[in-house]
Amino acid sequence: MLQFDLWKRVLIWLLCAAGLFLALPNAFYNRVEQSNDARAVLETGISTPELEAQAGQWPSFLPSSLVNLGLDLRGGAHLLAEVRVGDVYESRMQAMWPEIRDALRPERATIGTIRLQPSPPDELRIRISQPENMARAVEVVRGLARPIQSLSGAGSTDIVVSGDDGEIVVTLSDAEKLASDDRTVKQALEIVRRRIDEVGTREPTILRQGSDRILIQVPGIGSAAELKAIIGTTAQLTFNPVVGRGSDPDANAGVGNKILPSIDEEGVYYTVEAAPVVTGEELVDAQPSFDQNGRPAVSFRFNTSGARKFGDYTRDNIGSPFAIVLDDEVISAPVIQSHIPGGSGIITGQFTVEESTNLAVLLRAGALPAGLDFLEERTIGPELGADSIEAGKLATGVAFVGVLVFMALSYGLFGLFANIALILNVGLIFGLLSLIGATLTLPGIAGIVLTVGMAVDANVLIFERIREELKTAKGPSRAIELGYEKALSAILDANITTFITAVILFAIGSGPVRGFAITLGLGLITSVFTAIYVTRLLIVIWFERRRPKTIEV
Amino acid sequence: MRLRLVPEQTSFDFFNRWKLWLGLSGLLMLMAFGSFALRGLNYGIDFRGGTTIRTESATNLDVGVYRDAITPLGLGDVLISEVFDPGFRADQHVAMIRIQAQDDEEAINAETVQSVEGALQAVVPDIKFVSVESVGPKVSGELVQTAALAVVLAIGAVLIYIWMRFEWQFALGAVVALVHDVLLTIGIFSELQIKFDLAIIAALLTIVGYSLNDTVVVFDRVRENLRKYKQKPLKDVMNISINETLSRTLMTSVTTLLALIALFVLGGDVIRGFVFAMIWGVIVGTYSSVFVASAILLFLGVKRDWSKPDPKNAGNQFANVDA
Repeated sequence: MLQFDLWKRVLIWLLCAAGLFLALPNAFYNRVEQSNDARAVLETGISTPELEAQAGQWPSFLPSSLVNLGLDLRGGAHLLAEVRVGDVYESRMQAMWPEIRDALRPERATIGTIRLQPSPPDELRIRISQPENMARAVEVVRGLARPIQSLSGAGSTDIVVSGDDGEIVVTLSDAEKLASDDRTVKQALEIVRRRIDEVGTREPTILRQGSDRILIQVPGIGSAAELKAIIGTTAQLTFNPVVGRGSDPDANAGVGNKILPSIDEEGVYYTVEAAPVVTGEELVDAQPSFDQNGRPAVSFRFNTSGARKFGDYTRDNIGSPFAIVLDDEVISAPVIQSHIPGGSGIITGQFTVEESTNLAVLLRAGALPAGLDFLEERTIGPELGADSIEAGKLATGVAFVGVLVFMALSYGLFGLFANIALILNVGLIFGLLSLIGATLTLPGIAGIVLTVGMAVDANVLIFERIREELKTAKGPSRAIELGYEKALSAILDANITTFITAVILFAIGSGPVRGFAITLGLGLITSVFTAIYVTRLLIVIWFERRRPKTIEV
Repeated sequence: MRLRLVPEQTSFDFFNRWKLWLGLSGLLMLMAFGSFALRGLNYGIDFRGGTTIRTESATNLDVGVYRDAITPLGLGDVLISEVFDPGFRADQHVAMIRIQAQDDEEAINAETVQSVEGALQAVVPDIKFVSVESVGPKVSGELVQTAALAVVLAIGAVLIYIWMRFEWQFALGAVVALVHDVLLTIGIFSELQIKFDLAIIAALLTIVGYSLNDTVVVFDRVRENLRKYKQKPLKDVMNISINETLSRTLMTSVTTLLALIALFVLGGDVIRGFVFAMIWGVIVGTYSSVFVASAILLFLGVKRDWSKPDPKNAGNQFANVDA
C-alpha cells in the first residue's frame, strides 16, 4: 500500500514552506531592496524620518535576502585586472642598494671601490675594483639575506647573491618572488577594495582570481572607464631629492638617478634620485584643501617615522629642491624653505577641485603596490539590463504557462499535481538562490526556464511508468507504488549526469556561465525533490481520501 | 480525454536500418566537421579578443553611415550589424559593432573605444552606448582553453559515471552520441555563422547534459529489459525498450522545447544564440539517444547474463544501487 510516515509529510511541507518563505522577498524586489538599503544606512547611526519610512516598508521579521542581480541584468562595470607583480621587484632592489653599499663600505680595504652598474630592473649589479676578493664581497652581501616567512618558502632566503666577472649580482630568490607576488596581489586587492569603498557603491564584488588577477564588478556604475579611473591609478607618491632639471628626456641621468617628466610643464624633465626620501606608504591622512593663494591642493600628514625622515631631510637640505612624484610624474618640485618638523605638508600643483579630491582619496586609500593591466572590461547599461529582465520575465511566464497547460492536458489530475510541484519548484529555486546569496544572470534565467522544461521530466518518467504498470492490472495503488519505484533509477541517473555537467560548468566557467550553472544545478536538486516527494505526497493524500478503484493517468 | 503524443502501444522498428542511420549520423558529423574546418566559427570577443559596442538610438539606423564614421579610424576588421528583436520598441534601433583586438596591445586601450564612440556620436547625435565589452587577447586565449577543457572534462566525467552504473558498451555509446551532438552543434554554428561565445559553451554543456539525460533513460530501460527478456535477441530488446520510453522521450522533449521556444522568441536578442544552441541540441540529442547511442550499443553487443557477477568486469558493480 501507499505509505507515507507522518514525520516525512511534515518535513516535506516544512521544506516547501521554508523555501517559499525565503523566496518571498523577491516578489517585492524594489520594496525590499529600498528597505535593506535604508536599514544599512540606519545602522551607521544616521537617521531621518524618510529612511525610517523606507526601512519600514518591509517588516523586519520577514526574511530580507534577495537574489543578487548580475551585471547583465542590473547594469554596471566589470573589470579583470592583472597585477604587474614584477613591478615590486624593481623597488625592492632599489631599496636594497643603500643597505648593500653600507655593508660593503667597511670592506673597501679588501674589495676595493664599489660602484652600482646599470642592470635589468629586477637585478642589482655592483662592480668592485678588486675582483680577486669577490668571494668576500659575496659573503658580506649574503649576510644581508633574510629568511623567508612563508609555508612554501620555508628554509630559503630572500635574495640570491653571486659573483660574475668582477660584478656582484643580487636578485630575489624564486621563493621570495612567489611570496612577494602573493603579498603584492593581496595588497592590491585590499587597496582596490578600499578605494571602491571610499567611493561608496552598492555591493561591489572584488575577488582574487588565479595567482595574479583581480576581478572587480561594481553594479550601478556608469562605465568601466569610470571604474578604471578610480582603481587604475597606482597613486605611488614619493618625495625624491632633485639632481637637476632639463628638457631632454633621454639625457644620461647617472647611475641611481632617473629622469621624470613634469605633469604641468610641457617639455620639462627632472633628474631625481631613484631612492625616495619618504613614500606615500607613510602617509596617515590626505585631505583636499587650498593653498595660500586659494588654489586647490592636497594636504597630508606623515606617520611618526615618515615625519622624522621628512623632518631630517628638510633640515639638512634647506635651499635645495625636492620633487613630489606621483606615478613617475613630477607634480611639483618646490625648494625647501625651512625645516619642516611636524610631518605635515601640502601638495600644490595645477589641480582642479575634482582632481585634488580624487588625489586625496587615492592617497588615503594607499598606493597600489604595483600597476594593473586590464585584461577584460565590460560595461552594461542599466537600460539593457532592464530590457533583459523584462524579456526574461515574459519568456519565463510564457514558458511556464505553456508547460503547465501541456502537462494538465497530457496527464489530467496527475498533471495538476505535477504542476503544483513545478510551481513549488521555481519558488524553491528562488528561495535557495536568496539563501546562498547567489547572483542571477541572464543565462541564469535561461537556466531556470530550462529547468521548468526539464523539471517535469521526472514526473513524466513516473507517470509513464504508472501507465505501464496499470496495463498489467495490478490495481491503482500498487501501480503508483511500482511506478515510483521503477522510475527512480532512471530519474537519478539522468539527473546526476546532468548535475555533473553543471558542477563542471560552475568550476570552470566564469561570470554569466557560472550563473547559469548555479540555477541549473539548484534546479536539478529542487526538481528531483519536488518530483519524488511533493507529487508523491499529493497523490497519496488524494488517494487516501478518494480510494479510487481505477485511476487514469 | 488525454493529449497523447504517441499511441498507447507502439512497435516501431527503430533498428531496421540501424547501419544506415549510423552511417547518416557519421556523414552528418563529417559535414559538420568539414564546415568547421573550412568556414570556421564566428568567434565572439570572448574567444578572439576585441571590443563589442552595443548602440541604441531613436533614429533609423544605417549601417553604412556607421561604417563610414568608423573606417577612418583604421582599426582593422570592424563588423557592424543591426539587431532586430520583436521585443524592441518602435524607436529602438540597435546595432552591434565588433572591433578586432588591436595587435599591439595586450591590455585594453580605452582610447580606441573612446575614438569609436566619439566618431559615432558625431554622425548620430542621440546614440547611446548601452554596453561596451572588451576582452584582451591574453584572456581570450585562456578562455578558449578552459572552454575546451570544460567540454572534454564533462564528457570524460560522464563516460566514467555511465561506465560505473552500466557497462562500458553503454558508456561508449553515450559518449559517441555526445560527441555527435557537440559536433553537430558546432557545425550548425559554423554553417550559419552565428556568433560563438562563452555562453554557447554553456549551451554545449547543457546539450551534453540533456542528451545524456535522454540516453540514460533509454539505457536504463534497456538494462531492465535485458534482465526481463533473457532469450530475446538484443535488437528486439532494444526496440521494445525504445518503444516503451518513446512517449516519455517525446513528452520531455516537447515540454523542454516549449520552454525554450518561449525564450527564443521572447527572451531578447542577447541570449538568442544561446537558446538557439539549446533548441538545436534538444532535437539532435533526442535523435542521437536512439539512432546513435542505442545503435552503437547494438553494434558493440552487450553482456546478456546479468544474474551472476562478472569478476573480470568490475564496471557494473554499482549497477544495482538504488538510492
